[in-house]
Amino acid sequence: MPSEPAIVASGLVKHFGATCAVDGVDLHVAQGQVLGLLGPNGAGKTTIVRMLATLSAPDAGQATVGGYDIVRQAHQVRGLIGLTGQFASVDNRLTGFENLILIARLLGQSRRQARSVAASLLERFDLTEAGDRPVQGYSGGMRRRLDLAASLVGSPRILFLDEPTTGLDPRARRQLWALIGERVAEGTTVLLTTQYLEEADALADDILVIDHGRVIAGGSPEALKQRIGTRTLEIRPASPDVLEATAGILAELAGLQPERQGGRLSVPAGDPALLSAVVRRLEEQGISPGELQLRSASLDEVFLALTGQAVEAEETET
Amino acid sequence: MSGTGLVAGLRQSASLAWRAIVQLKRNPWELGDYSFQPVLFLLLFVYVFGGAVAGSTDAYLTFMLPGIVVMNMMFVTVYVGHGLNTDLTSGYFDRLRALPVARWAPLAGRISADLVKQGWSIVLLLGLGWLMGFRMENPIWGLAGMVMLVLVFALAFSWVSVLVGVVARDPEHVQLFGFTALFPVTFVSNVFVPVETLPGWLQGIVMANPVSVLTDACRGLLLGGPWLHSALITLAWAAAITAVFAPLSLRALKRRLK
Repeated sequence: MPSEPAIVASGLVKHFGATCAVDGVDLHVAQGQVLGLLGPNGAGKTTIVRMLATLSAPDAGQATVGGYDIVRQAHQVRGLIGLTGQFASVDNRLTGFENLILIARLLGQSRRQARSVAASLLERFDLTEAGDRPVQGYSGGMRRRLDLAASLVGSPRILFLDEPTTGLDPRARRQLWALIGERVAEGTTVLLTTQYLEEADALADDILVIDHGRVIAGGSPEALKQRIGTRTLEIRPASPDVLEATAGILAELAGLQPERQGGRLSVPAGDPALLSAVVRRLEEQGISPGELQLRSASLDEVFLALTGQAVEAEETET
Repeated sequence: MSGTGLVAGLRQSASLAWRAIVQLKRNPWELGDYSFQPVLFLLLFVYVFGGAVAGSTDAYLTFMLPGIVVMNMMFVTVYVGHGLNTDLTSGYFDRLRALPVARWAPLAGRISADLVKQGWSIVLLLGLGWLMGFRMENPIWGLAGMVMLVLVFALAFSWVSVLVGVVARDPEHVQLFGFTALFPVTFVSNVFVPVETLPGWLQGIVMANPVSVLTDACRGLLLGGPWLHSALITLAWAAAITAVFAPLSLRALKRRLK
């Protein structure tokens, strides 16, 4: 039934003591789609995934995964999903091969089947050589690859990836993205959490931006990028005397007060023409920029852009 | 196939017990606790204290070997909680819970693996004792009864370890708590010295200690003395410990996994 959504949640709420980790989250993932939950540490992303993966019961709201209720039909949900991430781990004291064999046996596969599944996953994840070594000697990238492989042993239709590349170097990150991309190409539905805008952009069809347990924005990566600008223009004037003049130019051309940090000024640069316009204006006024660069927006800046209205409103009030 | 039925659950527990045994290959320290530590205790106590306590090393070996088997059993149970805590803190427990396996399989697997480790320690200690000159009066049914009794008590005491494993912040705390609690419990008993040599106020505590009661039963079974009374009291202790600590552990686990 391709029309039936893979994951639907409405009004999910989870409290831990006095703190409200998840505060009424709705989401919807069509089959074969990738949804990225983007947000800073502590935003509630992991708690959302834990609830959908049946590890934590919601205090309010409901959700279905593959058509099954996450609370009343948790066992059926577990039969459909794979889980990888910061909280689901592999056993350090087993070899890579033993880790995969164990999962396969727990899923009810025969010894022979388990061995062949483990061997083929190790090969696909470029771990054949390391397969006979204990995981405690693996690099961060190898561990994450094994972790992802372990979640694929049962060929799940729906995959939960909780910050799959946090802490990895760029090369290992790209390698993991490629492996996730292969699963998506085969039709697997993916729900991904990440702190990196770049990662959500690379993998997700749709993004929900999460903050303080709520969805604060959502849409396709393109739509979000247009809204917030994925690049940031940063200038450090050669002399502090021209800081104010430079800030004035940025504010005028970008239509937004620049962020100040030490002697640096930065504005979101959604419009690619902004850079040349700023350079031209600085030249006209004889101001020399000590440093000038266009860089990818950080998650902080995305948040600032998305919550910017609130910040500005506060400023006008005072 | 995977599932939550009894047969599927038992098979999943067996796979998880296999895991806990395979882990031993990569953690020589833990293996050392089951092997070198009791061996060292046996050799040191028999040859250093034996003459002073019992008049001869042979007499002391006969007196102490059943007790050191009991003491070692208590220490080995710490690893149930240690392993469980490692899985909880590393997130491995979550990986298991997200699989379609019986909810009781992870715990059952760990406790079954623990019984295998217990068996290994008992065989090692009795084998070494035999080489040192220990002889049993009832090498067949006495030995079988003693092993059964020790394993039943180990099973019950594992629930205490499970509770510590669930409550503790990290595996090191489990170990620390286990050892600081178990040293007094096992030393304030009749394992190392005859109870008559102790001050009167201490004798009462020692006689009430289940470690002493179990040791008495083991001595009786191996050496041909009275054992039935102390064996029954041991079983009562095992039932009581399970009745108190199994529900406490499961409730603590549920709360931790909220």
